[in-house]
Amino acid sequence: MSVDQNIVRKVASLARIAITDEEAERLTPELNNILGWVEQLGEVDTSSVEPMTAVIPNTLRLRDDVVTEGDQRDAVLANAPQGEHGFFTVPKVVE
Amino acid sequence: MTDVTDLGVAAIRDGIRTKAFSAREVADAFIVKVSKAKALNAFIVETPDHAIAAAKAADDAVAAGETLKPLAGVPIGMKDLFCTKGVQTTAASHMLEGFIPQYESTVSRHLWEAGAGMLGKLNLDQFAMGSSNETSYFGNVISPWRRGGGDNAALAPGGSSGGSSTAIAARLCPAATGTDTGGSIRQPAAFTGISGIKPTYGRCSRWGVVAFASSLDQAGPMAHDVKDCAIMLEAMAGFDPKDATSLDLPVPKWEAGLNSDMRGKKIGIPKEYRVDNMPAEIDALWQQGIDWMKDAGAEIVEVSLPHTKYALPAYYIIAPAECSSNLARYDGVRYGLRDLPEGANLQEMYAATRAAGFGDEVKRRIMIGTYVLSAGFYDAYYTQAQKVRTLIARDFESAWMACDYLLTPTAPSAAFALGEKSADPLAMYLNDVFTVPSSLAGLPAMSVPGGLDKNGLPLGLQIIGKPLDEQGVLNAGLAIEQRAGFTARPEAWW
Repeated sequence: MSVDQNIVRKVASLARIAITDEEAERLTPELNNILGWVEQLGEVDTSSVEPMTAVIPNTLRLRDDVVTEGDQRDAVLANAPQGEHGFFTVPKVVE
Repeated sequence: MTDVTDLGVAAIRDGIRTKAFSAREVADAFIVKVSKAKALNAFIVETPDHAIAAAKAADDAVAAGETLKPLAGVPIGMKDLFCTKGVQTTAASHMLEGFIPQYESTVSRHLWEAGAGMLGKLNLDQFAMGSSNETSYFGNVISPWRRGGGDNAALAPGGSSGGSSTAIAARLCPAATGTDTGGSIRQPAAFTGISGIKPTYGRCSRWGVVAFASSLDQAGPMAHDVKDCAIMLEAMAGFDPKDATSLDLPVPKWEAGLNSDMRGKKIGIPKEYRVDNMPAEIDALWQQGIDWMKDAGAEIVEVSLPHTKYALPAYYIIAPAECSSNLARYDGVRYGLRDLPEGANLQEMYAATRAAGFGDEVKRRIMIGTYVLSAGFYDAYYTQAQKVRTLIARDFESAWMACDYLLTPTAPSAAFALGEKSADPLAMYLNDVFTVPSSLAGLPAMSVPGGLDKNGLPLGLQIIGKPLDEQGVLNAGLAIEQRAGFTARPEAWW
């Protein structure tokens, strides 16, 4: 499977990364090179193999359903590029 | 008078306890070395006050006759992937420039609780993606090593923990933290003539470590020798309820358990690791390692890991897939960079922020990951890679029926020059050929220096062990260390 510049632009859009036409042109052979190389995995017979989900057998723990951390609004907002009145702010999304 | 910056972790710890020198003298000596080594670009931020505060606490405890903490007064370097409360944490990216964590990562907290101090935050490949430390937004780290014969080409310190490896090799700190996703502790250790261990996945908490590929990311120590790695790892490891994949197991006394007697042990030599075009010197070092293991009493057995050749391609699907998911958090809203072009809407702000904040290699991996996870391709790429990962793990399980540890070279070459591979992502990826399989299987593995190549550059040997057998890996590493007698050091030019 190979990608063309339209697919590269589509993937960049899905990844929310703005790219220029020059970047799309440069990325296309780069991505094809890498994708062409990983495609060799297709030759491995995995018909009777389960995909790995955990490297070390480990059961997921449950903790008590109680608040363990809270009242940290200012710490949560401390690194916000823009915050107002105790909220994160973003460009207007509802007209 | 001993130059304390020549000493490792154990010697510094013991010297402070026996009052051979004060912790403040140690901190001051390293702070001066750090401040004079700007040419290496190993540190993104220097934190002398942190190291001095830890030294003062250690000296006060000595004066009061108190029992000292395990790392009391030992100043270390912290890879800038660990969130440190109140100290900028960037992952070497523009995206996180100026980010001041409001909390402490579990691993760094463990180290401070053990009495260690921080000399600064160490440079790395951006978001830990790279094998040469050439993807950092804050510039390349330069290895303190140079080829002999007046060749002054700047060499790669390895990556992604290149600031850590350079700082230790140049004696700017006695030890440092690293993280290893596909070899990022072991390959830089090999390139700079130091030791480093990636423990079993789950030994060290990932909480507060900037995420790259969560099923692979694992913290570990880098230091001059095996014993120092054992001391550091004991402090770093331990169960953490904040990390769902943290192993709820006691931390063994690895330092006390060190024993280089290999009698009764079987060392596996995986035949698939004899790759094409491997330099003869790497092969010779491997053979030397085999001879050292025999000398230590071990029995050598050939083993087969038949899916080895598929490890790298599987890794370069799984790691980018997890990276594209993890790095979705950088949205310009909650923390980090925001790029809001005039009149842009929310979606345009996301895209502009991520275009401005991520470097080329990070974007490349996010794009690969986004592609392999996208509708219609998920099974062909991602599911298939996870199945191959199962086969790679099974290879190791079969090998453990025949042997206790595996011995391999750490990297397929000595350190290369900066710029030599950066134009070709695939050539760079191939550097991790020997380290990636054990990462995919979550196994403990370490690199120890074995010798020098014809240009006078360090080469490393890797030991891979069974799950949770860090002790065995450290012991086998010690057996090599004692026989290699590696004392070479880079001549200070910086």
